[in-house]
Amino acid sequence: MAATVHTRDGGSALGRSASRRSRGETPFRYASTGAGILLLAIMAAIAVFLVVEAIPALRANTGGFFTTQTWEPNATRPSFGIAALAFGTVFSALLALIMAVPVAVGVALFISHYAPRRLAGVLGYVVDLLAAVPSVVYGLWGITFLAPFMVGPSNFLHDHLGFIPLFGGDIVAGRSMLTASLVLAVMILPIIAAISREVFLQVPRAHEEAALALGATRWEVIRMAVLPYGRPGVISAAMLGLGRAMGETIAVALIFQATFDISFRILTPQGNSIAANIANRFGEATQTGRGALIASGLVLFVITLLVNMGARFIVARRKEFSGAAA
Amino acid sequence: MSQQIQVSGLDAYYGRHKAIEDISMTIEPNTITAFIGPSGCGKSTFLRTLNRMHEVIPGARVEGKVLLDGEDLYGPGVEPVSVRRMIGMVFQRPNPFPTMSIYENVAAGLRLNGRRSKSEVDGIVETSLKGANLWNEVKDRLGKPGAGLSGGQQQRLCIARAIAVRPEVLLMDEPCSALDPISTLAIEDLMAELKSQFTIIIVTHNMQQAARVSDRTAFFNLAGQGQPGRVIEMDETSRIFTNPSQKATEDYITGRFG
Repeated sequence: MAATVHTRDGGSALGRSASRRSRGETPFRYASTGAGILLLAIMAAIAVFLVVEAIPALRANTGGFFTTQTWEPNATRPSFGIAALAFGTVFSALLALIMAVPVAVGVALFISHYAPRRLAGVLGYVVDLLAAVPSVVYGLWGITFLAPFMVGPSNFLHDHLGFIPLFGGDIVAGRSMLTASLVLAVMILPIIAAISREVFLQVPRAHEEAALALGATRWEVIRMAVLPYGRPGVISAAMLGLGRAMGETIAVALIFQATFDISFRILTPQGNSIAANIANRFGEATQTGRGALIASGLVLFVITLLVNMGARFIVARRKEFSGAAA
Repeated sequence: MSQQIQVSGLDAYYGRHKAIEDISMTIEPNTITAFIGPSGCGKSTFLRTLNRMHEVIPGARVEGKVLLDGEDLYGPGVEPVSVRRMIGMVFQRPNPFPTMSIYENVAAGLRLNGRRSKSEVDGIVETSLKGANLWNEVKDRLGKPGAGLSGGQQQRLCIARAIAVRPEVLLMDEPCSALDPISTLAIEDLMAELKSQFTIIIVTHNMQQAARVSDRTAFFNLAGQGQPGRVIEMDETSRIFTNPSQKATEDYITGRFG
């Protein structure tokens, strides 16, 4: 049975929605589709440009691009590889993540669930502000304050825990992998904390009350309802932080000693990363040198992509338990 | 195992606003008590004062006494957490933990009360799900997410979760208002069964439901907008619905309210 629905002014409701569609819907649909296509086109254009620029340098390379631990693209027999750079990028970013995530989650929980409302407002504002500080400021802080400051603690770690390879090595320096990772950790902490806080604030009241009504303490409520619900969001936040740490250029370029070793020793004067290397070498780069740097940039791009895909996989694996359905 | 609840002179506030005033009543063990009344008259607020859930809202506080078997729940040194372990609650909207499986949902409260062996938890989960008339429907998929069940099943899952910790009292805040009639009937049957083990207090907007399930009924009302809610009348359910002593009660149950 077809019942006709009428609007207040007598016209058919279906007819009205159809006329509306022709007026507002179509242009909007084209505008948004166009924006989407434009974005993809720009991405593709960048990728093509980078690959085209990189190929001649990669052809001229006499070393293995993925295995060589030097960077001499300007030599008569160019030899360069991203092995040490890629290692330094991932290693420093992971160290930063390991240090930043627990603190960031703690800060986010404090703001969302423990702090009195007024203090939470102020703290939330400060965290947002910290997230907006330019990275060069963190870099300058790292090299003028943190690097000299870290000499003492680094020596302490080396003397007492030196038997662990991580803290081993012959020379201890302020400008080390540890200092760079600390600066990165401080840099990515606000963004992870800010996103985690938003996620924790979105935990439905009903879930927290369910836990409370079972006799859960505040910490048990957080463990039972808040953290599991916020898990995908925190993972996304951590990945965003990891991406930022891996792509960070100027802060680590100031601190790293621009070596080309692969070493897990975090206290010794060593360290480099793809982005820092680009910043250090771009000025003096010749044609081949530029191509080589662009190739390294592509590798960074791929690493970031893999990390993000990994994060999506982790989040999707427990999707049916994510609470999205509830 | 169930115990008597005695409330005397209870007021509850949201900030400066007094939501309910001077409520006194006695609730006998192993009975079902229904709270009825118009929206905003403080039924749910009062219910939440009984397991100290009212005070979790910022600025909310309670004055007066609630005695469970003679002990004041608001006495000095009484932990709200331990009160809530004795007095379970089922909410208006089914709220199973979405990140947990059916099994984990039922076991959630047990984990709070210290370590237990796997077989013991298995046993309690099964008994609780059977007690909530849900076992036969979910026994083959205990590892599946609780949020994947239908609304009525989710609510019974929440009941199973609440009774798994063996509370003395079960508070139900409009437990059927988000459910279809068949699921509602399932919950009402369940309440009649649970009565032998627990004291049940239910807030409901459904007058037929109050008449069907409860032994005693309290009618709540407020004098006017912004005034605190009060108990107008509390009596045997059959009396409230056939021969109430107050005119306001009669007006409300016959639909001549307001």
